[in-house]
Amino acid sequence: MSPDRPPVGALFRRFRERLAAGADRAPDDRAAEEDAAGSRAAADRHADRATGSGAGVARSDAGAARAGLAQPPRDVAPTDRRRGGGRRKGGGEQLTVPPAEFTSYYGRPVLKAPVWQWDIAAYLFTGGLAAGSSLLAAGGQLTDRPALRRAGRVTSLAAVGASAVFLVHDLGRPSRFHHMLRVAKLTSPMSVGTWILSAFGPAAGVAAIAEAAPWLPERGVLGVGRRLLPPVGHAAGLVAAATAPALATYTGVLLADTAVPSWHEAYPELPVIFAGSALASGAGVGLIAAPADQAGPARRLAVAGAALELWGAHRVENRLGLLSEPYTTGRAGRLLRAGRALTAAGVAGALVGRRSRVLSVLSGGALLAASVCTRFGIFHGGVASAKDPKYTVVPQRERVERRRSHPEESVS
Amino acid sequence: MIPDANSLYGPLDPAPDAGWAEAGPRMGFFTDTSVCIGCKACEVACKEWNGVPDAGFDLLGMSYDNTGALTANSWRHVAFIEQPRPAGHRTPPFAGNPTGAPVSADAAAVGAGTGGPSGTVPGVPPGDPDAAARMVTGPTAPTTGNGTVGAPAGANGTAAVGNGTPEAPANAIGAPPAGTAGNGANGSQFLGMPGAQPPGRGTGAEGRADFRWLMMSDVCKHCTHAACLDVCPTGSLFRTEFGTVVVQEDICNGCGYCISACPYGVIDQRKGDGRAWKCTLCYDRLGAGQTPACAQACPTESIQYGPLDELRERAAQRVATLHERGVPEARLYGHDPTDGVGGDGAFFLLLDEPEVYGLPPDPVVTTRDLPKMYKRAGLAALAMVAAAVAAFVGGNS
Repeated sequence: MSPDRPPVGALFRRFRERLAAGADRAPDDRAAEEDAAGSRAAADRHADRATGSGAGVARSDAGAARAGLAQPPRDVAPTDRRRGGGRRKGGGEQLTVPPAEFTSYYGRPVLKAPVWQWDIAAYLFTGGLAAGSSLLAAGGQLTDRPALRRAGRVTSLAAVGASAVFLVHDLGRPSRFHHMLRVAKLTSPMSVGTWILSAFGPAAGVAAIAEAAPWLPERGVLGVGRRLLPPVGHAAGLVAAATAPALATYTGVLLADTAVPSWHEAYPELPVIFAGSALASGAGVGLIAAPADQAGPARRLAVAGAALELWGAHRVENRLGLLSEPYTTGRAGRLLRAGRALTAAGVAGALVGRRSRVLSVLSGGALLAASVCTRFGIFHGGVASAKDPKYTVVPQRERVERRRSHPEESVS
Repeated sequence: MIPDANSLYGPLDPAPDAGWAEAGPRMGFFTDTSVCIGCKACEVACKEWNGVPDAGFDLLGMSYDNTGALTANSWRHVAFIEQPRPAGHRTPPFAGNPTGAPVSADAAAVGAGTGGPSGTVPGVPPGDPDAAARMVTGPTAPTTGNGTVGAPAGANGTAAVGNGTPEAPANAIGAPPAGTAGNGANGSQFLGMPGAQPPGRGTGAEGRADFRWLMMSDVCKHCTHAACLDVCPTGSLFRTEFGTVVVQEDICNGCGYCISACPYGVIDQRKGDGRAWKCTLCYDRLGAGQTPACAQACPTESIQYGPLDELRERAAQRVATLHERGVPEARLYGHDPTDGVGGDGAFFLLLDEPEVYGLPPDPVVTTRDLPKMYKRAGLAALAMVAAAVAAFVGGNS
């Protein structure tokens, strides 16, 4: 028991105070004030009610809905879905979200939300960046574009190093990180990823170190290194590039292979989004580092990556019905919209600014930022879907009802 | 060993599939909530035997349940639900009297906003106020029954809904006799808790409420297809010879993957400690031929421990008996080996829809789709390679 615990009963006293405070005003006054204030959150909640628990829904409880605490008091900040919901339409098409009438145990979440912190979302980016830039480096080394090769290899090492730090830091017991190496399990995408990283990391490291060869003296022991490093780096770069696609896409399986509703149901798209995001961020590095005469492949890579990323993101925001909602509202919605705008800007800048170094660097930066936004957006969308029982109960309930009405079909 | 074709999904005997050549019968729990009295002896016994730390001593303000959820520090959790309807088989105690929601929707909604300091992550987070208010207004319509009991019960539920408007606030039982008191509006007297008195004693006939209490001791389900076990990257989670799922605390490095993977929201991370913890089905006691602590402590045999086949038979008989006695809403949960998780090692007899108890209505093990996920990832990886090759073939345009 931690020494900084609040005194026993503090929570309940707070609860009682809130109840007293909330009940001082009559529900009608509260509703009127809410309308007058016109706060976006309140408007959203009213809108939800109109579709969700309006007249005609058998078990709706008007009293609960009205008195149901227009401003729900909470110990923690309200979840994201409450904020920014009014901008739902800003994300593109209107969602066909079914009315979210559902029951759950005192409104508590059914699932445990992921305990992963921001560092896992950051790893999604750095892992993808490492993969994308090592592909760029391999392309550069095979087609004799030294600027691309150098930038790709160095970025790849830095990104994979950061990835390792993020991953170990997020563990509940960081000192036991090596327990990941006890087993190799195909059923655990995290175990698969551990071994992919174990292959990729050293290869990327050797390839990056090989870039230091020109700085070594020509004679002596180090001189041998100077002669040996380039071919070793060449081989290591190819090994890294061969593992890179797996590194970039396994994270999609990592997120999808959970009970988190919006991640799991997005399993066909997540690897595509992450592959595109990895390519785009690798291309961003190329655009920033390479002179205009070497940056052609980076520009094409940016277009391809952006296409995959935008297609995938569009699909998860529209295909999943109710489970798309977490990706279009709240923090996740804002991040994904920002990611989309930055991707578009980055690609446009890369194509227009062929001759302009400044424009290339700017668009490269935009692509990197877009990748960060997309990864955090997908991450937060899933977390929001696990925190709200609606996303667990409603789709499962629908599945049960479907099976009940069509017992002969095997509904998945 | 060649893995079973149903290793990821479908009916399976898990212990032999996990490599136990001489596994005994699969052991499990049958929790019959129709006889649960909510005494929480199971919670206490579990903590005592397993040395589980406290989960905070605060009141959650939503019902007599102050544990809130299964967490790393609560391996048994007694859910407590109060709803405006008599249990089907009893003679309604106040038949013919006015009915109303016994717990005000206000109180439930406020209570939903309370998080429990359980010392775990994510522990007991606050819930959705609207959903909480909906839950206390009445049970879902019985789906298993068609008898005469269902009809008046449904009528009661409708009446409760009608009473729940702001003009006629739902009455809380045990509220002071003043006619208007009892909803959340009278904050000085209403404590946000269901009352301690029988319904109607303090309020007069007009305020009487017909209600029922549902109690259910929740626990790790020890799934046939345990997602937590399958995704564990360290091998910390393993399948025992009894077919149960146990975390090895000396292996777990707190990666948290099992927590996201569990379709029931059971396994949880302990703060400060960093590792994941859950019910072990008293692996140590089982090995010594003893009954798990919770089942041993249960005074009403609501928690029954034994070979799973035997328990399933017993459960089917119990449901038949209850249906016969006029409890059409009795149904089993987690007993079916063909369900989304291949059947639970710990299954339940429930008196309402699973989501009322905080259980997912139709959980599916996430690894069912794992082959398809890998296939999609492979395609995406090929697309990456193709894009990279295409980008580098060609000039510097």
